[in-house]
Amino acid sequence: MKELNIENLHITVGEQEIVRGLTLRVPRGEVHALMGPNGSGKSTLAKVLAGHPDYQVSAGKVLIDGENLLELEPDERARRGLFMAFQYPSEIPGVTIANFLRAALQSRLPEGKELEATDYYAKLYEKIELLGMDRSFTSRAVNEGFSGGEKKRTEILQLAMLEPKYAVLDETDSGLDIDALKTVAHGVNSLRCPDLGILLITHYQRLLNYIIPDHVHVMVAGRIVRSGRKELALELEERGYDWAREGSAEPAFR
Amino acid sequence: MKTETSAVNIDRSKGDFFYPEAHVRDAGIGLSEKTVHYIADVKEDPDWVREYRLRGLKTFLEKPLPTHWASKDLEAIDFNKIRYYLSPGTEPKRSWEEVPDDIKRTFERLGIPEQERKFLAGVEAQFDSEAVYSNIKKAVGEQGVIFVGSREGLKNYPEIFRKWFGKVIPIADNKFSALNSAVFSGGSFIYVPPGVKVKHPLQAYFRINAENFGQFERTLIIADEGSEVTYMEGCTAPKFNTPTLHSAVVELIALKGAKIQYITVQNWASNVFNLVTKRGLAQENAEVKWIDCNIGSRLTMKYPSVIMKGRKARGEVLSIALANDGQHQDTGAKMIHAADETTSNIVSKSISIGKGRATYRGLVHVPKHLKHCKNNTECDALLINATSRTDTYPAITVRGTGNAVQHEASVSQVSAEQIFYMQQRGLTEAQAMSLSVNGFVNDLVRQFPMEYSVELKRLIELEMEGSVG
Repeated sequence: MKELNIENLHITVGEQEIVRGLTLRVPRGEVHALMGPNGSGKSTLAKVLAGHPDYQVSAGKVLIDGENLLELEPDERARRGLFMAFQYPSEIPGVTIANFLRAALQSRLPEGKELEATDYYAKLYEKIELLGMDRSFTSRAVNEGFSGGEKKRTEILQLAMLEPKYAVLDETDSGLDIDALKTVAHGVNSLRCPDLGILLITHYQRLLNYIIPDHVHVMVAGRIVRSGRKELALELEERGYDWAREGSAEPAFR
Repeated sequence: MKTETSAVNIDRSKGDFFYPEAHVRDAGIGLSEKTVHYIADVKEDPDWVREYRLRGLKTFLEKPLPTHWASKDLEAIDFNKIRYYLSPGTEPKRSWEEVPDDIKRTFERLGIPEQERKFLAGVEAQFDSEAVYSNIKKAVGEQGVIFVGSREGLKNYPEIFRKWFGKVIPIADNKFSALNSAVFSGGSFIYVPPGVKVKHPLQAYFRINAENFGQFERTLIIADEGSEVTYMEGCTAPKFNTPTLHSAVVELIALKGAKIQYITVQNWASNVFNLVTKRGLAQENAEVKWIDCNIGSRLTMKYPSVIMKGRKARGEVLSIALANDGQHQDTGAKMIHAADETTSNIVSKSISIGKGRATYRGLVHVPKHLKHCKNNTECDALLINATSRTDTYPAITVRGTGNAVQHEASVSQVSAEQIFYMQQRGLTEAQAMSLSVNGFVNDLVRQFPMEYSVELKRLIELEMEGSVG
């Protein structure tokens, strides 16, 4: 099955259970929005999917195209086709975007095979145009001294270049002004295709005006309390998270 | 294991290799006046050089080890067990089959050409680069440039040689410069006539069959007024057949308006003590620039210096040190301002891996009577593991007014978040580490000649492999 399949996932950090039995399927070709208030466990979920060493999965499973994702190293997950756009991307001083992406693409090739430099740059410049960025941008060190908008655009540039099967966008809209938001959304929309499943994690409905999701899930206190079509986001915007919480089987906050 | 492969300190109990030794041109083991006379005889030194050597020996024996400030590890050197002179062609031999597999693999990974591998592994004492070398020599020779071994320089160009030899670094500068003064052999002698700008870098690499890998080499470079020259020594390939003590002296003289750039990239076996004295003299409007990259060795102590003696002279040291497990890179720079309007720049980057230790020692001296002198010092240390260590000892003495000094130091660590971020893009932990480290030194490496920067990148990757997991 070509999907990212999260089944009854439980995640603990220290003593506390942050994600408490979450089930979600993101088939390729679909955009699923995951909405929720601060502290609901959205970003924790994203980090666990990417394999961050600080988080423990206490129960449940995650399958990527049928393969157990959780037993893979973070880099193996990436090479299997999982991409995460970070909420707070790290700086890599002295390493240019061009060199970084080149190394990332090279890591996907079999040993002994070299990335073709001319093809690589042609693709890089094509994607950079798509995101309304200047070519010279690719010779800047990754995220070093970048504005919030530049960082987010760089994440989307990497998404475009690495062509994953599944992309988790963690609060990609946070800290963006309306113009930057539109550019980022345009970038994501242009990447939508039957081969890519997207999990769009966001706090606000605003982003969903520009990236129209196929499905919307509302996450409260570590589990999904409501799921629906794109209209759910608007309803949520109108009624608030308290309304969404009422639908859940047990009190969301302990 | 590397101990057995070296020319001295052969652990005979292991019996892994057998070296048939020719004692014809061998000064024997240990250091005495007899050793010095032997070397002077073999090299057919003129009397003044013989006397110079003997003064060197006396000074060496008188001076204590500088352990009051330097590493106590120096005490591990047994000066009585070292062979101070071994003439070319008498190095121990072994067959390629006897070269350990891990060494072969390293050559492979670094992409060292077949011919050079054999030389570097000590299978062949000679490296056939004579063709390349003679082309370069011919090309520069037409411009009147002298590029020969130090012995040939002494013999054929005595007036220039004697005028400058030992003038920038006196015998008594330190214990190891004194040792070198007593037993030196090998190294290069270069003279560039006034106004000549040497286009291609002169490489010691071309001369490695000409005594250049000696342990006590002595290099003297004189750039006459308005001339320019770049010299490169070493290569990134690890040297497995080197003796355990390496103590070179390098003197550079840049006359009025001249420019000398001296580039070193060295990767020593992990049992080597590398104790080197390097200093340049820059006269009016002249420039001396050291680019120095130190990898490997057990202990390296090296502080390239520039004495800015003429008005508007410039000095620069750019250095990278990489200290892996069991290694101590004690490096830095000295800038002696001795005229008005002189400027100096020091950029030092060190990387400590595992239990490796990197020490930066800097000295910037601007006396009171000088005006409009400037120094900029940046030293950055990167620690890879929790066990890695770095120390910084900057000494800046600036007196008088109207002089500007700027000093910046930083210590950083490769953060777990940064590695995770890079792993999320598909790089393995080791690849992520080496990319981070390459990023850290990137702005410096860019100033290296192209072929060196590519090799350096590969070498850093190789060094980083053992640091994770």
